[in-house]
Amino acid sequence: MIRVHNLTKNYGNLRAVDNISFELEKGDVLGFLGPNGAGKTTTMRIITGYMPPTKGSVRIEDVDIFDHPLKAKKQIGYLPENPPLYNDMNVEEYLDFVADIKMVPSKEKKGRILYVMDKCGITSVSKRIIAHLSKGYKQRVGIAQALINNPSVLVLDEPTNGLDPVQIIEIRELIKSLAGERTIILSTHILPEVTMICSRVIIINEGRIALEESLESLSLNLKSSESLYLKLRRNGDDVKEKIESIENISKVNMSAPGEYVIVPSNGSDVREELTSMAVKYNWGLLELRPLIHTLEEVFLKVISSEG
Amino acid sequence: MNSIYPILKREFKSYFASPLAYIIIVVFQGISAWFFFLYLKGFLHIQLDPGFQLQRGELNLNNLVLAPYFGTITLVLLIIIPLITMRLLADERKSYTAELLFTSPIKLRTIILGKYLAAVILLIIMLTLSSINVFVLMVHGNPDIGAIMSGYIGLFLLGASFLAIGLFASSLTDNQLIAAVISFGVLLVLWLVGAMSPVDGSILGYISVINHFEPFGKGIIGIKDLVYYGSLIYLGLFLAHTALESERWR
Repeated sequence: MIRVHNLTKNYGNLRAVDNISFELEKGDVLGFLGPNGAGKTTTMRIITGYMPPTKGSVRIEDVDIFDHPLKAKKQIGYLPENPPLYNDMNVEEYLDFVADIKMVPSKEKKGRILYVMDKCGITSVSKRIIAHLSKGYKQRVGIAQALINNPSVLVLDEPTNGLDPVQIIEIRELIKSLAGERTIILSTHILPEVTMICSRVIIINEGRIALEESLESLSLNLKSSESLYLKLRRNGDDVKEKIESIENISKVNMSAPGEYVIVPSNGSDVREELTSMAVKYNWGLLELRPLIHTLEEVFLKVISSEG
Repeated sequence: MNSIYPILKREFKSYFASPLAYIIIVVFQGISAWFFFLYLKGFLHIQLDPGFQLQRGELNLNNLVLAPYFGTITLVLLIIIPLITMRLLADERKSYTAELLFTSPIKLRTIILGKYLAAVILLIIMLTLSSINVFVLMVHGNPDIGAIMSGYIGLFLLGASFLAIGLFASSLTDNQLIAAVISFGVLLVLWLVGAMSPVDGSILGYISVINHFEPFGKGIIGIKDLVYYGSLIYLGLFLAHTALESERWR
């Protein structure tokens, strides 16, 4: 459980984070989105106790991270933007060290190390010096490090950064499998990732929350504004008019000669009528598909309306 | 506080993960042995020269070999210690591991103390190895054991103070070279300030790191000097702590 209350952080005159509040319960996976420099990393650094806020408070499992840092930090696993690795150690030594400083009890340590190495797929490189690992493996060691103390709160700053497509899928699966018992915050700029893993989304821009929604209501919003794309071989002057004559159509735009974007009213399905009309008038139907508003579009809309 | 051991262990192993510690030990050992040999040769030369018969009482092993030998080691420490301390904290920033340390459930002072003690152990190894030179005297001559012991205690305290100042310098930057230059500069000022002191007992004379070493070389362990080195160590560690803490608040 994480409670972030009125968080503000100034760097000199620059306000990096401006009055952010949110609450997450066990099982929530929050996707933290925003353009570069929006304040994502700063917020995560404050939540993990790396730096104090100028104003506001953070409670981890009901423990204030600045009043009782040692107690709160025991509950946290944190993967910073750059994985914090000691290049001169091998993977197993490194995880052993992290387990020590994260206060993992010594009798559980061995088991935890084997478990996180297995979970993150780094067992095969356990004896390799970290400096010699590829970027993808380093990232995975970084994730393993964050999991070593079996944290109830997991903060991941761009966890799939630097991974190849197969690894990205593996790590996403891993994060999903970790969710249930934990509270997870992850930042990313790969938007589909949020749709795949997260249960909630916060878009942050210029230090402020620009949008906060559960993924269900977000995708519901996206669906309801679903419009259709129609492409015809033979364009005629009366095509637009004829389409508009169909029932339950609120708007028709010609995006290019022979290409139309059709907005049905209240989510009604007009595809059947459109196809039969195209056949009837011999327009030469080439393409008819739904135009789904992607998270990208929402993101861009939110960000640009803020600016 | 029991998390001090993992920090210390990692730091110490990391010294020997690169050739740096080996090179430092070999260079230190080589220079001290070389100068020891020179002083010893000079001493033997004088012993065999009938012209110095009358002053032979003054011209003993302590004055002609041990005292200049200790003096040389202090100078070598001045140059080598910034190289030992430069990476202690600077490197944590460069490799982003500071974020791991500062978000772990350990106190900042545990981190600083662990790192400091790792460097202190390296210093002890260096001094212990260099004491082999002095054992040669014990086998073949009759040196003042007390003066040797107090000389080494003095060297240890001097080195430990240098390490604390070097650690502070390393807390100021993420660049190892800059850290080394800062600590060398500070140490050099603390060293030379004694020479600038017009009269004995002035403040400048008191600040000088080397003035406080001299009694140890003569076999005198004074409270005043112990307090001086103790304060210097505390000050270095305290400033390093303050520097890291204030950086996070900025």
